[in-house]
Parts: sequence; structure tokens; C-alpha cells
Amino acid sequence: MTMYHLIVFLPLLASIVAGLGGRRIGDVASMAVTTGSVVLSAVLSWVAFYLVIYKGDVSTVKVLDWIESGSFSVDWALKVDQLTAVMLVVVNSVSALVHIYSIGYMSHDPHRARFFSYLSLFTFAMLMLITSDNFLQLYFGWEGVGLASYLLIGFWYKRPSASAAAIKAFVVNRVGDFGFALGIMALFLTVGSVNFDVVFKAAPELAGKTFHFLWKDWDILTVATFLLFLGAMGKSAQLGLHTWLPDAMEGPTPVSALIHAATMVTAGVFMVARCSPIFEYAPTTLQIVAVVGASTAFFAATVGLAQNDIKRVIAYSTCSQLGYMFFALGVSAYPAAIFHLFTHAFFKALLFLGAGSVIHAVDGEQDMRRMGGLWKHIKLTYAMMWIGSLALAGLPFFAGFYSKDMILEAAFASGTGVGQYAFILGMAAAVLTAFYSWRLIFMTFHGKPRADHHVMEHVHESPMVMLFPLFVLAFGAVFAGFAFHNGFIGHDLKAFWGDSLLILDQHKAMENAHHVPLWVKLGPIVVGLVGIAVAWLAYVKYTEIPGNAAKQQRLLYSFLLNKWYFDELYDRIFVRPSLWIGRVLWKGGDGKIIDGLGPDGFAAIVVRLAKRASVLQTGYVYHYAFAMLIGVAALVTYFFTRTGH
Amino acid sequence: MPLLSIVTFLPLVGAAFILLARGPEEIVARNARNAALWTTVITFAVSLLIWIEFDNSTAAFQFVEKHEWLAPGISYHMGVDGISMLFVILTTFLMPLCILASWDAIEHRVKEYMVAFLVMETLMIGVFCALDLVLFYLFFEAGLIPMFLIIGIWGGKRRIYASFKFFLYTLLGSLLLLLALLYMYFQAGTTDIPTLMKHAFDPGVQKWLWLAFFASFAVKVPMWPVHTWLPDAHVEAPTAGSVILAGVMLKMGGYGFIRFSIPMFPDASLYFAPLVFGLSVVAIIYTSLVALVQEDMKKLIAYSSVAHMGFVTMGTFSLTLQGVQGAIFQMLSHGIVSGALFLCVGVVYDRLHTREIARYGGLVNIMPKYAVVFMLFTMANVGLPGTSGFVGEMLTLVGAFKANTWVALLATTGVILSAAYALWLYRRVIFGELTKDDLKAMTDLSPREVAIIAPLVFLTLFMGIYPAPFLDVMAVSVNNLLDQHQAAIAAVKAAVAAK
Repeated sequence: MTMYHLIVFLPLLASIVAGLGGRRIGDVASMAVTTGSVVLSAVLSWVAFYLVIYKGDVSTVKVLDWIESGSFSVDWALKVDQLTAVMLVVVNSVSALVHIYSIGYMSHDPHRARFFSYLSLFTFAMLMLITSDNFLQLYFGWEGVGLASYLLIGFWYKRPSASAAAIKAFVVNRVGDFGFALGIMALFLTVGSVNFDVVFKAAPELAGKTFHFLWKDWDILTVATFLLFLGAMGKSAQLGLHTWLPDAMEGPTPVSALIHAATMVTAGVFMVARCSPIFEYAPTTLQIVAVVGASTAFFAATVGLAQNDIKRVIAYSTCSQLGYMFFALGVSAYPAAIFHLFTHAFFKALLFLGAGSVIHAVDGEQDMRRMGGLWKHIKLTYAMMWIGSLALAGLPFFAGFYSKDMILEAAFASGTGVGQYAFILGMAAAVLTAFYSWRLIFMTFHGKPRADHHVMEHVHESPMVMLFPLFVLAFGAVFAGFAFHNGFIGHDLKAFWGDSLLILDQHKAMENAHHVPLWVKLGPIVVGLVGIAVAWLAYVKYTEIPGNAAKQQRLLYSFLLNKWYFDELYDRIFVRPSLWIGRVLWKGGDGKIIDGLGPDGFAAIVVRLAKRASVLQTGYVYHYAFAMLIGVAALVTYFFTRTGH
Repeated sequence: MPLLSIVTFLPLVGAAFILLARGPEEIVARNARNAALWTTVITFAVSLLIWIEFDNSTAAFQFVEKHEWLAPGISYHMGVDGISMLFVILTTFLMPLCILASWDAIEHRVKEYMVAFLVMETLMIGVFCALDLVLFYLFFEAGLIPMFLIIGIWGGKRRIYASFKFFLYTLLGSLLLLLALLYMYFQAGTTDIPTLMKHAFDPGVQKWLWLAFFASFAVKVPMWPVHTWLPDAHVEAPTAGSVILAGVMLKMGGYGFIRFSIPMFPDASLYFAPLVFGLSVVAIIYTSLVALVQEDMKKLIAYSSVAHMGFVTMGTFSLTLQGVQGAIFQMLSHGIVSGALFLCVGVVYDRLHTREIARYGGLVNIMPKYAVVFMLFTMANVGLPGTSGFVGEMLTLVGAFKANTWVALLATTGVILSAAYALWLYRRVIFGELTKDDLKAMTDLSPREVAIIAPLVFLTLFMGIYPAPFLDVMAVSVNNLLDQHQAAIAAVKAAVAAK
């Protein structure tokens, strides 16, 4: 057994203990077991990070045979290279902090054991995802985190909206998985294996090869990578398959921080980076990735402007930041994407947990229109939200500054059309990001209190067990960028990443990003400040502006408020027609046509005859049965005695 | 030792014992239950000997018994290979669970009920062990009778209608199968299955024979559009009847394709593969959509069964190793998972006596254990990796992808639809506020119910995490099947070229 076994399987063990034994050992023991093991996993992950990154100790450990059918052969295995090591640190650190935070946040919930069991189960699935050495185990982790996400979104099962959101999350993800599964199969068919090493080694030779389908020839790698990317779009809530993420906020806030901000939703980014050895040979797909990412970054930021639910604002912000990561991937700036994933995990988890602290303070209220003036009462939380927002807006020396700027510079430096598209939308989204972040701060903490006085009387700072994780995350949100940027995206990034990421020589975005004009380097900071200033004007100085603007631009406002009407559109073109077709096939197809022409028509005659003979008793079933048996026996006997001699 | 005959006819001994019981009805019922349980448990234990003694390294039939029987060329010939052995175990494994599930649910004519089940077990095991077509046919057709009775006597309100439909559909299939069988006997002079596998039927004739076999097996599977008997049969059947129907009876069709259609009519199997693909894809999409709008729990699961069996027929006729192995695995997995789902429905039906989804809601509040196992089987039904449902689905899809891109593409939409209908069912039954008064009195799983469901939970996870023992045992046989098939195709091609 290795350290990696412990890192991955401790959370599983803890989850089983808390899940099955929760009622026997009690809530406190369940929380201790799960939190303890994930904290231990997190500590070991940092050890692994040190060993892998700075000692080059890359390894793969086989755990067990899984599926073997001819050449389709897959094992359960733990592969730990530089990319995995980074993810291990992110996943386990945030998970450990969220576990600790939840001890306070969920202290009044009667089902704490179940909650912690799910959290640890999620952690395990996520770890299986990032340590996989083949596509199938990746898929296992992929669906496993989907299951955990489903269970946690629907954790408060008495709320119909929570159950609905849970189903929506699972099914929309399945749409992405449809592509993902096909992508895996396509790779297996062309390469003859689903192991990363084999597939990646084969990629250069497959580049440019085609297959025939429908009316034309298709590039194999382009199609396969595109299908894989569909999966990433689902899991990482990219434009088109993003609709589940805002609804997922029905889950308890720690869940939103862990699953729907820091870790699970970044699985798509991780997957594309992991598959960089194939994506690099599929330039068309990379362009699609960049366009989808940039569009999502912009789209989600616009929707974030108009939302009133504090968690939904942050959810759309997550969606938008994931878009940044994707367009970084699309211009082959994988290190920048993963770096942003890394820093984003800290400041976005901080923002969510901070929002949780606010919600905790105002007795479960999530609507910012019923907050305001809270800063005096919860100063620590207020400070944490500022740090998180500064990091998110990418102001100098905060974590987001290093990663987000790098992404924008890489997009600019890529020198491609889609790169420019991504750069422009990315800059636009950066203004919006700063604006909605400070809109959130001003609406929540400043101005006159809009909550009723009963609530205001009870506003209180969260307990230490909830604040401590905030402090740790804030520390990360301040220093994670500064401390690691040389390694992740600096000049010695090749030494840092080893062989875990592949960038072809002709893709120079990463390299050229260091030599962009000054205005590109300063641009993000400037637009960030502009966004903050506008938010201050609109929500502190001249508070009548937002209302007037909404009235004047009624159409635009409701377009944004209703999230570009995606939900309504999907309901019309997918959900309702499916149900309608289902009903038609059932009543019409099965009922009228198949049964009507088949057994019912015939049976109607028989039943009528049977009624006339008035033997409609259970006994008549016997008659038929025995008539059949005797008939068959007679036939067989007749034929065989005749022909046998 | 004639192990196969012992396993096959052991249940009949139990049945005879029960029939001999005399005395007050209550005592007879109790004795019948106990005798049936012991018989099935012992049968299962003995059947495990087959697996223990089984040699994985050969594709030849093992534990062979052969005795002269009706006429020359027709013998009592029994044997199993890596394919059929697993179905024997599946049958003997599910049986004790069925008896336990019927413990309190069946209140009248207990003696007859138990006899019917035991007789049915003998006939089902016989189907998978028979190496003679006539013997197979007798087991195959006679197996319908006890099921017919179980639905017709111990079934729900519309049991007569359901058993009728069941009877009509299968009758059509069996008559054609019988005709084909007779023709083959005239042609080859024997009904010995291993011999017939080597007998090269004329490609033109093969097509007719294939269609005749197809008629019978397609109804059993059931394939679209001859599936409409299944929802009705399931709805009306008692819980244990549904378990056996979904768990074993449907598999006879899929088994038939693998045992007969492919090796005996290799040319026709290749020729008709597109037909099977088409029907399978329609089954997967059509019945999934229909499942989406069901209002009856059992009907929903029944339609989901048809969709899952679509993966089986698709994988089988991909004629690839992954496809066929996946199909067999999917049948085993579906036997366990759908059986478990029907048992789950049975649990709440026994308490509330309705299967109407809208009558439930919020059960997690008072039945947490039940909510957990139902969740697990729902996920297995959806094909979540790590459960048995995933392995078969993935392998059949890989096989199909090799054979035809379109088929794989369309069949994969099943992963979206299955998630939608399964989770929607789960939500309506389990989640939500517990508002209905009569639900508040419901109790969580009893120890007996836990005992029934626990083995299924274990197997669902075990087969999902470590399917190797199952895949290994069938590997050589399936490889051999496909090698023979290719050789036969090549031979026909060579013959055509020579002309």
C-alpha cells in the first residue's frame, strides 16, 4: 500500500463509516471520522505535491483489474504526475476546509452524518477522477462526482425545488456524458486501448487521419476530441449545457463551494488538460474550445449582473471563470488554465463560504434585496468577501491577478482569430466581473438594512469553526498567485509540469504571453477598477441608477434576469416534446397500433367467445395451459414417431 | 455424478414433497414455504459446485450427460459452457430470494404457488442445460405454463388479460420455432445441438430458420414491437413472478440468440444483423420515452427492461467479442438489478397495495434504508460506473460501435433518457415532504426484506467493481463462438467464390 492509496481511499472509507454507521456512532463521530480522514488526505496531498513536482517522483500504481474483454482491457489504477499532484492539492485542501466549515454551518441539521458521508464520497470520486490512468476510470470518477453532486444538491429533499435541481444537474450532465462516452469509444476503436499512455502515444500518427460517416470524411482526432469536450461542457457548465449550475445552488452552501466552484466543475478543464496530447493534434477542436469558453465567460458575466440571489451571482461568476479556463485551453495555454483553476479554487471557495457566512448571519436569507448594511455586524466576513472579490477581479498581487492576466495575455499572444475573439470577450467579462462582484458587496454589506428588524437583531458573526477555513482560503486568495506563478506559468514551466502537459512547438501562446504590449498587461487591472468604480456609483453613490436603468431597458433587463431564456427554450424544445412523444408512443404506438392490431384484437374475439361459454373463472387459465401443453406434446410425438422410424 | 441433472430436477423433488403434504391449510402453507425455501437454497448451493468445478480454459461443453431418448438422433443431452453456466447460477441464485419475497405476500393457495415456482425452476435450469433441441424446446415451452399460472392465479386485477396477452404472443413464437425444429431434424437427422452447430445449413434455408427462431426469441426478450405483453405481465404478476420474469425468462431469448441463431445460422445472423440493430435502437429510444410518462411503478420498470434488453440484442448481433460478452454480462446484471427493482416495488406494494407513483412521495422520511437501496439500484439501472449496469452497457456499446457507428450513436442516447425516467421515478416516490396520512404508517425494511435485498446489493457492486470472474468464465466460450462464426462465414464466401 502506498501513500496514494491512503489519499484516495481514506475518504471512501470515512464515507462508508459515516453513511452506514452514522446512526450508530452518532453525528459527532461521523463528522470527526470524515473530516479527520480528509484532512489527513489533504496533508498527504501536499507531501505528494512536493515529491512529484520538486523531486520528479511520477508514478502509477495498479489497484485491481477492472474490465477485460479481449483488447478492451482496463485496470483500476492511481496515476500521479504533476497535473494530478496539483489537482490533489486543490481537491483535498478545499475539501478539508469545507468539511471543517460544515461542522459549523450544518450544526442544526438533523442529517449531518448523511451530509458528511456524501461530502467524503464526493471527495473520493473526485480523487478517482484525477488519479485515473485511463479514460474509463476517468468516466467512473466523472459519473461518481455527478452522483455525489446529485445527492448533495437534493440534500434537503423536502424542498421540491432541490429535488428538481438535482435531477436537472444529473440529466444535463448526462447529455455531456453522451458525447464523452462516444468519444471514449471512438478513441478505443481507432487506437485499440483506453489507457492514457497508449492513446497519447498514438495521437501524432492519427493526426490528419479521417473516417467516413454520413456524406463526408471526418478527421478522427477532431471528432474524438470534440466528443470528449462535450462531456467537459456538461461537467464544467459551459454555454449550452450550463443551465444546471445556477439551479445547483439549491444545495447547502458548503456544497456549492466545494463541488460547484472549486473542484467538480473544474473536472472538464482538468480533462482537457490531461488530454492535451490529443487536443494538440486537433486544432479545430481547440478553436471550438476557445470560442465556447470565451462566449461562456462573457455570457455568464452578463447574467451575473442582474441576479439578486447572492449564491446565484457567485454561481454565474464561476461559470464565467470556467469560461476563462476553457479559452486558455483553446489557445494551448494549458498551464495558465490549470493555474487559474488552482487560484480560482481558493478565492471562489472563499466567496461561497463567505456568502454562506452571510446567509448564516441573516437566518437563511439569500436575496440581496433583503440584505444591506451588514458590514458593521459581521466585519470578519465582510473583510473575507473583499479579499475574495479582489482576487476574483484580478487586482494586483492577489491570486487572480497572476492567473487571469496570464490567460488574457496568452489569448492575445496566440495570434489567432479565435484568440482575439477570446481576448476581447475576456476583457469585456473582466469589467462585468468587477462590477457584479462589488454590486454584491455593496448590496449585501452597505446602505441601509433592508431586512426586517427581527433578523437584524440576530445578525451575528459566524463561529470560529466557520471562520478558520475562510482565513486559510483568504491566505490562499492573497498569496497563491504570487507564490506559485513562477512554477506554474513562469519561464521554467517545463520543469514544473514535466511530461504531464503537451504543447506543440508551433503553439506559442504561453511563450509569447510574456512579451505582450504594456496596454495588454495593464488592461485587465484598468477595466477591473472601472467595474468597481461603476458599481460604487450605481449602488452607493447614486442608488437610483439601477432601478432607472432597469426601467428604461426593460427588455434587456428581463433578458438578463431570465438568463437569456435558456431554461424556457430547453423546456419548449426538449423536455415537453419528449414527454409528448412518450405519451403518443405509449397510448398510440403501444396501445392503439401494436396492441390494437395484435393481441387485443385477437383477444377481444376470444374473450367474447369465452364469455359466451361462461368459463371466465381462474379455472379457465388452467384449461388453456393444459390445452397448450397437450397440444405441443401431441405434435411433437406425432412428428417424431412418424419420422423416427 | 450427473451434476446438471441433479441441479435441474432437485426442485421437482421439493415440489413432490410439498404436494404430498396433508393437513390443515395453515400448517400445509407453512410447510410449503419452508420446503420451497430449503429446496431452492440447496439447489443454489449444489449449482455453485458447477462453477467451482468449471474449467475456464475450454470452450467445450462440460458436465455432459447423454442418454438415448425419444428416437435416434434425439437424446437426453445436457451440458454447460461458459455462457450457459452463468445463467444456471443466475436462476438458482434468484429463486430463494423469490420464495422469501412471497413469504407473506402470498396468502392463498400457498402450496400450489410454491409447487409452480419449483417446477418453473426445473424448467428454467433445463433450458440453459439442454444440449438437444427437443429437450430445449420442451423446457422452453413448458416453462411458460407455471408463469402463466402464477400471473393468472396469483396476479392482480387484470391478470386474465395479462396472462392472455402473454400466452398469445408466446404461442405464435413457439409454433414457428417448432416448425423450424422439425425441419432441422429432417435435414440433419438429429436434434443434437453440438452437432447442429457444425451442420452447415444452406444459406437460403438459414434465413427462414433464423426468422422462425427469431420469432420465438424476440417475443421472449422482448424486442420492439412484440414487447407489449411485458408491461402488462409485470404489472399483474406477483412480485416474485416479476423477478423471475425479468430476471430469468427474458434472458432465455437473449440466450437463444447466442446459443442457436449465431452458431447454427451464421450467414443469416450476419444478414439480419441490421434488422436486429434497427429494432434494438427503436426499443432503446422508444421504450425509454414511454417509460418517461408512466404512472405505474412496475410499468415504468418494465419499459425500462425492454430498453435494457435492447442493449443486449444490439451487442449480441454486433458479433464482436465486446458486444457478445457485454450482452451476456448485461443480461446477468439486468437479472439482478431489475429483479431488485421489482422487489423494491414489492416492498411498498405489500404495505400500501398500490403501484401508482402519485400515491407515494417522501418515503425517505420514514424508510431511510429503503431509500438507500432503491437509490443504488436506480443508479445501477442508469448504468453508473461502479455498478454492474455500467459494464454491460459500455461493452455492448463498444461492440456496436465496431459494427455500426449509427447504432452506437443512437443507442447512447439511452444514457440520457434512462437517467431522466429513473431519477424522476425516484424523486416522486422517495423525495419530498411526507404528506399522505396512510404513508406515515409505513415501516422501513424488515429483517426478511433486508435478507432478500442484501445479496443483490452486494452483487450489483461486486460485478461493477470487479467483473473479472464473470467475464473470465465466459471469455473462451464467446471467443470460440465468434471464431466458429467467422470460419462459417468465410466458408460460405469461399463456396460462392468457387462457383
